Amino acid sequence: MIDAGDTAWMLMATGLVLFMTPGLAFFYAGMVRSKNVLGMLMQNFFAMGLLAIVWVLIGFSLAFGNAGDGGWIGNFDFAWMRQIGAEVGPEWFGLSIPFVLFCAYQMTFAIITPALITGATADRMKFKAYAIFIAVWLVVVYAPVAHWVFAGGWLAKLGALDFAGGAVVHINAGAAALAVIIVLGKRKGWPREGMHPHSLPLTMLGTGILWFGWFGFNAGSALHADGVAAQALMNTFLAASAGMLGWLLVERIKDGKPTTLGAASGAVAGLVAITPCAGFVGGMSPILIGFAAGVLCVLAIGLKFRFKYDDSLDVIGVHLVGGIVGALLLGFFADSKVNKIVVNEGVFLGGGFKLLWFQFVASAVTFAFSFVLSFAIAKVIDKFVGLRVSSEDEDEGLDYSQHAETAYSFGNTGSMDRLS
Amino acid sequence: MKLVTAIIKPHKLDDVKDALKAAGLTGMTVDEVKGFGRQGGKTEIYRGAEYVVDLLPKVRVETIVPDELADQVADIIVTAARTGKIGDGKVWITSVDKLIRIRTGEVGNDAV
Repeated sequence: MIDAGDTAWMLMATGLVLFMTPGLAFFYAGMVRSKNVLGMLMQNFFAMGLLAIVWVLIGFSLAFGNAGDGGWIGNFDFAWMRQIGAEVGPEWFGLSIPFVLFCAYQMTFAIITPALITGATADRMKFKAYAIFIAVWLVVVYAPVAHWVFAGGWLAKLGALDFAGGAVVHINAGAAALAVIIVLGKRKGWPREGMHPHSLPLTMLGTGILWFGWFGFNAGSALHADGVAAQALMNTFLAASAGMLGWLLVERIKDGKPTTLGAASGAVAGLVAITPCAGFVGGMSPILIGFAAGVLCVLAIGLKFRFKYDDSLDVIGVHLVGGIVGALLLGFFADSKVNKIVVNEGVFLGGGFKLLWFQFVASAVTFAFSFVLSFAIAKVIDKFVGLRVSSEDEDEGLDYSQHAETAYSFGNTGSMDRLS
Repeated sequence: MKLVTAIIKPHKLDDVKDALKAAGLTGMTVDEVKGFGRQGGKTEIYRGAEYVVDLLPKVRVETIVPDELADQVADIIVTAARTGKIGDGKVWITSVDKLIRIRTGEVGNDAV
């Protein structure tokens, strides 16, 4: 039966999560050079256009069809929005909100997950190739992994826990980012040339929007306006705060100064790590989880210079590493008093190592599946369309070469004549 | 002393700077400028309306060197900034009557 309170909360949570994608756009756009700002904003905003359509055409059905089957992928029952309406939908879901709202809520996850990859591929990916990549990736990679975890697929049946998408969203996108940049190569001039952020204020604004939207992401994943949602909201808040402190502490010790970009990155690392744990842990656990993520992610981002892969805006260092930290720490902190779905409690609550093992399996399989398929998709697109812009277009910047626009036209010396 | 001035493509700045540093130069001044030459403009599109932007962004590099180094420095810039495509820019050398370092009051080649 539809519950008015639950429905009101989930209507709002859907809007909150959607708002994260523009937030992510500005978080990333501030970090690129000024000739690539529009390219970055466009890739993220375009995901809201393209992926919403792909989701209702086929993505949702492949993710949530055959729910509870313990299998690998859904079916075509809900394709073209068939059977998606104002009623609560199939019994397995146990919803108290309209099924069409559940579909819309999940759609916002399906939009931001591929968009996360843009931070790794910044400044050099052809727009056409990007558009094809995210559409194919949503269907071939995201939908199956969402099915395994969110729709009673094999990982859920195994006993792995993922409250709001630590594996489905963050490990998944992080592994894809690593695969795509291996095919794509590094930016021209990296790491020799300084490619520092062109506008940290934009990045800070984006961080604020992400933090705000994340309440919808994590507390909304309760799917009810209840105590679990409230716990998830508090956990989300504390993990972001602790993540920021962890990151800044390492910066202060290592580099001497706490930075704004560090504060922003630490908060996001905390948010990433609490995502799988949000509705399963309580007490002081979110602070420990967020803090651990802040510390480990700031140490992880240095690895790209050692291994010489150009993860331009640290999608791997923050989302892959943060996602794994969260997924594994859930194996230590999961608490059945917080959520009765928790069958095997974490190591620290006397549940033994069973859950930790399931979390490890879920993380490893998600990583391997996403990495291999993303690599293959990128290779095929590279062969037929070309994944990367030409050397001249890269020098010119994505704003002009891909979109015929300029982000910033300050002053009156632009001298523009209207042609047509 | 000579003033060597170059107008180059913005993305070539790092190459030029590194080449000059490698040659032992101790300073340069850079600004972002706009201008046109034979390269012509580029076309931007806003809501279907096309605009030609005829002043393109370039970088101006200036450095003051002793007379005998001027030609060599100009050559270094030309080599480092060249892409072979239209719009690579220009380098020119002019004489400097007097040079003073503000901090110490040193004059001439001592102030370079």
